[in-house]
Amino acid sequence: MDKSLERSALLARRAAHWRATRRLTAILLLVWLLTGFLTVFYARELLHLNLFGWPLPFYMAAQGASLIYLAIIGLYAWRMRRLDQAFRDAIQEQQA
Amino acid sequence: MTTQRAFFVRLRKYYLLFTGGFAAFLVALAMLEQEGMPRVWIGYLFMFATIILYATIGVISRTSNVTEYYVAGRRVPAVFNGMATAADWISAASFISLAGGLYLNGFDGLAFIMGWTGGYCLVALLIAPYLRKFGQYTIPDFLAARYASGADGRGALVRVLAVGATIIVSFTYVVAQIYAVGLIASRFTGVDFSVGIFLGLASILVCSFLGGMRAITWTQVAQYIIIVVAFLIPAMWLSVKHADNPVPQIAYGKVLPQLSAREHRLEQDPKEQEVRDIYAQRARNYQAGIDGLPASWEQGRQAAQKQLDKLRQRNASLFDIRNAERYLLAYPKSPDEARTLWENALAVNLKRAEPITPHAQPFPAPDRAQSDIKRNNFLALVFCMMLGTAALPHILMRSYTTPSVHETRVSVFWTLFFILLIYLTIPALAVLVKYDIYSALVGTQYAQLPTWVSYWANVDKLSPLISIVDVNRDGIVQLAEIVIDPDVLVLATPEIAGLPYVISGLVAAGGLAAALSTADGLLLAISNALSHDIYYKVVDPTASTQKRVTISKLLLLAVAFIAAYAASQKPADILSLVGIAFSLAASTLFPALVLGVFWRRANHYGAVAGMLAGFGVCLYYMLHASPLLGGGPAGQWFHIAPIAAGIFGVPAGLLANLIVSCITPPPARRCVGLVDYIRTPE
Repeated sequence: MDKSLERSALLARRAAHWRATRRLTAILLLVWLLTGFLTVFYARELLHLNLFGWPLPFYMAAQGASLIYLAIIGLYAWRMRRLDQAFRDAIQEQQA
Repeated sequence: MTTQRAFFVRLRKYYLLFTGGFAAFLVALAMLEQEGMPRVWIGYLFMFATIILYATIGVISRTSNVTEYYVAGRRVPAVFNGMATAADWISAASFISLAGGLYLNGFDGLAFIMGWTGGYCLVALLIAPYLRKFGQYTIPDFLAARYASGADGRGALVRVLAVGATIIVSFTYVVAQIYAVGLIASRFTGVDFSVGIFLGLASILVCSFLGGMRAITWTQVAQYIIIVVAFLIPAMWLSVKHADNPVPQIAYGKVLPQLSAREHRLEQDPKEQEVRDIYAQRARNYQAGIDGLPASWEQGRQAAQKQLDKLRQRNASLFDIRNAERYLLAYPKSPDEARTLWENALAVNLKRAEPITPHAQPFPAPDRAQSDIKRNNFLALVFCMMLGTAALPHILMRSYTTPSVHETRVSVFWTLFFILLIYLTIPALAVLVKYDIYSALVGTQYAQLPTWVSYWANVDKLSPLISIVDVNRDGIVQLAEIVIDPDVLVLATPEIAGLPYVISGLVAAGGLAAALSTADGLLLAISNALSHDIYYKVVDPTASTQKRVTISKLLLLAVAFIAAYAASQKPADILSLVGIAFSLAASTLFPALVLGVFWRRANHYGAVAGMLAGFGVCLYYMLHASPLLGGGPAGQWFHIAPIAAGIFGVPAGLLANLIVSCITPPPARRCVGLVDYIRTPE
C-alpha cells in the first residue's frame, strides 16, 4: 500500500513538473513567434520610428530579434534548472 | 564534478595558449610582409599552417572507442560545446556569402539572420534537452526508439526514412561546403580548383577519420577562434575608419543615416541617371530583338558581319577589329539560343536600370501588392530557416555530447552567443563596406582605380567577381557601373579597408575554417547514419564495437570522396543549395521530432506518413517552382519562392502525422514510457 502511494506521489510530481515545463515553453515560444512576426509584418509601417540611429524594423531584424532569441534561451535554461532542482528536492524529501 | 572542473580548466589553458600562438603567428607574418615577402607565400603559409594545425588536433584526438567516436565521450563542457556547435553551424555561406547578400539586398537579406538565429530557440526549447536525456548516438536512434513498432519493436522503417532524410539534407549541404573550400583555396594560392578541393578534403579526413566526434569537436573549437578573429578584425578596422568606434555592431547605427543620405544624393545625380538610361535602352533593344525572332537573329548576324567587314576595309584599330570579331564569335548560333541569351541579357539590363533602393527599406517594390509578396516571401523564408535549423542532424547530434541535460540547455545558449558574435557583425559589415564603396569608389577617376578592383576582377576571367565598366564614357566611376558578386565582398574587405595583405590571408583562412568545420560535422552525420543506423541497427546488430567504428571510418572516406566529386562538377551556386537542404530538413524531420516529444499519441504510422508527406510536398514544390530543377515561376503557390518550399512541406508533414496517428492504434507502452522518461528531469 505504502509502495503504491509513493509511486502515485512520484507520478503526480512528474506530471506537475511537466505541466510547468510545458507552460514555460509555451510562453517563451509565444514571445519567439511575436518577435519574428511583428518585426517582419509591420516593418513598413514602423519604418519612421528610430532606435539609436537605426530605423526600428531594420534594427530589430539585424540585431534586436537575435538578442531577444538569446535572452529566451538563457531564461529557459535558468528557469528549467530551478524547476529540475525543485523536482529533485521534492523527491529527496519524500524518500527521507 | 571536480574532474569535470579540472577538465574545463585544462581545456581553457590549451585554447588560451592556442589563441596566443595564433596571434604570434599573425604578427610574425605581418612583419615578414613588411620585409617584402611575396603575397603568394603568405597565402600558402596561411593555408598550410591551418590545415596542418587541424590535422594535428585530429591525430592527437584519435580514438576507436565507440562513445568517444560517436559523441566525444559525453564530457564536452557547455561553453566548448557551444563554440564547437557555432563552428559547425557557421558555414561557408554564412562567412562568405551572407554579408554580400546583405550588401546587395539590404533589408530583405536579413531574413537569413533572423531565421538562422531564431531556429536556436526551437532547438533549445523543443528538441535538444530531450535528445540529451534520451542519451543515444544519432537522430534516427531517437526517432526509431520513439516510433518503434511491430513484433521486434525496432522501428526499422522510421529509422531508414530518418537516415534517408539525414543523408539527402547533409549531402547537399556538404557539397556546398567542399565547393567553397575549392574556391577559397584556388583563389588564394593559385592552385587548380580541383586540387584545392582535394587539399581541403585531406584535412577533413585526417581529422574526422581518426577521431570522429572527439577529434572534430576539438578541431572545431580551434576553428571557431580563427573564424571569429578573421571576421572581426576587418570589420573593426572599417568601423574605426568610418565611425571612430571599434565596436562595429554599435558603430554602424551612426553610419546608416550617412549611407541613406549618400544613397539619396546618388539617386538624384544626373550622371547616374544617364548610366541607368543606357541600360534601359539596351534592355529595349534586347526586347525588340526577342519580339522580332527569328528574323531579328538573321539581321543581327548580318549586321555584325557587315560591321566587321567595314572595320577591316577602313583599317580600323586592331582593338576595334578584335572586339567585332569576338562579338561575331559569341553571337548566338540559332534563333533558339538567341532567345535564351537575349532573355538573360534583358533581365540583367533591366535590373541594372533600376533606381537605387535604400538599404534600410523593407520590401521595396513599385506597388503595394508586389511589396506584400516580398513580405510574405520574407516571412516564409524566415520560417523555413528556423525550422530547418532545428532539424539539421549535424547540429542536433551535438546535443548528445555534453555531460548532462542542464549542460545541453546552457550549451545551446553559448552556441547562439558565439554565432551572434559573427551574425551581429555581418549586417554591420555590409553597411560599412557599402558606405565605403558608395563614398570612396564612386566618383573616382577610371585612371585611379584602387588596385584591389583590378586584382579581384582578374581572379576569375569567365565570370568576373567585380566589374567596373565606363558605360557612359565620362571617365568617372558611377555606382550603376559597378557590379559586385556577393561572394567577393568579405574576401575583399581587408583590401577595401586598406589593411595589409596578411589580413586578407587571415580572412581566407577564416573562410576555409568555416567551410571545413561545417563539412567535418556533416560528413560525420552522414557516415554515422550509415554505419550506426543502417549497418549496426538494421543489418548486423551483433557487430563488435571495433568493427562498428572501422565500418564508420571506411564509410566516411567513401562519402567524402563522393561529395568531393560532386563538388568538382561545380553545381549551382552555394546559397541556393543550402536553402534546399533547410527546407527538406524542416519538412521531413521537424514534425516527427517535436511531436515525438510533445504528443504522446503520435505513433509509428503517423511518423512514417508525416515524414513521407513532408518530404514529398517539399520536393514536389521545388521541382514544380524552381527554374533550376525544371519548373518555373508559373508553378508557384501564393508567389512563394521555391527556396521556402518548407512553408508547405512542414504543415503537410504535421497534418499527416496528426491525422494518421489518430486513426491508427495508439503507440506501444514502451514508446509512451520513453516519452515519460525523456520528460522527467535527471
